[in-house]
Amino acid sequence: MILAAAERAQTAEQAAGAAATVPKDPAMAAVTANAETFVMMILLTLLAAITLAIIRQRNMFGVVILASIYSFLMASVMLALDAVDVAMTEASVGAGISTVVLLTTLYLTGSVEYPRPRSVAIPLFVSLVVGAALVWGTIGLPDFGIADAPIHKHVAPTYIEYSKKHEMPPNMVTAVLADFRGFDTLGETTVVFTAGIGVLLLLQGGWRTSGNSRRDDEDNELDIDGGEA
Amino acid sequence: MFYVATGAVLAALMLAVIRAIRGPTVFDRVLASNTIGTLAILLLASYGFLTDRPEFLDIGLTYGLLNLIGTFAVLKFFRHGDLAHDIAEDQEKSRWK
Repeated sequence: MILAAAERAQTAEQAAGAAATVPKDPAMAAVTANAETFVMMILLTLLAAITLAIIRQRNMFGVVILASIYSFLMASVMLALDAVDVAMTEASVGAGISTVVLLTTLYLTGSVEYPRPRSVAIPLFVSLVVGAALVWGTIGLPDFGIADAPIHKHVAPTYIEYSKKHEMPPNMVTAVLADFRGFDTLGETTVVFTAGIGVLLLLQGGWRTSGNSRRDDEDNELDIDGGEA
Repeated sequence: MFYVATGAVLAALMLAVIRAIRGPTVFDRVLASNTIGTLAILLLASYGFLTDRPEFLDIGLTYGLLNLIGTFAVLKFFRHGDLAHDIAEDQEKSRWK
């Protein structure tokens, strides 16, 4: 949980760094310094604050709620970046399914995290080094949002021309996902489907042996403010 | 006008996040989480009109449903300590006691 939170903190920091990069061209600066930048800056600041709160929080129930808040804020960031499909996925998986799954886990584990037994120096060092490497990696990237970045010149023009010529779905992202990369999407769906079946089989096996007795015997009251885990 | 609306929603978002972080009890956090979900929908709407592309307004419906499901799941877990809790089963048991 802590590691994941630290990872998220790095991602948020990195995104903040990318958004705050000042373009060299003054015309570009006029374009980017608008409402979008303002909204992004506030949302990313809130994300960083939530991440720090998740790291410091010892009550797992609070962590689940804060993670759900994080997902809603992240979905807003995706939306501000025009990635509506990603925002949709983030909101449904992050805020919807993950909350339910994490709560189901809390039922099995207990809701208070023990103080960490080991020192934090080595994990802190590793995460700082990895974060610095990631920030260093962003230096080589082209400027944020420019049109002639290499990624826009490789296959994208072909996609745009082809989808116009052959009357494909009007939304270009849908055309790419469902038409150009149809087999890729089919493969992804197969993988997710297989994983789902596997998890269902595992859960069913666990319930047959011990699950039923466990659920009836133990009293399962939620422990909010400390005590037994 | 949409600038003012977006700014106001962002300010409210900040206040809700502060409550979520500081909230002494779990209920404060649940309420803040629900409020942030609602504010995300409002931000979606006002931001769409701010950038002259209100096509994504429908997504707000999905957010609203998710917000409801998330809050219900959290509150049900809080009340019963178990998401698969069946109230009808409880009543059945208490009748035979």
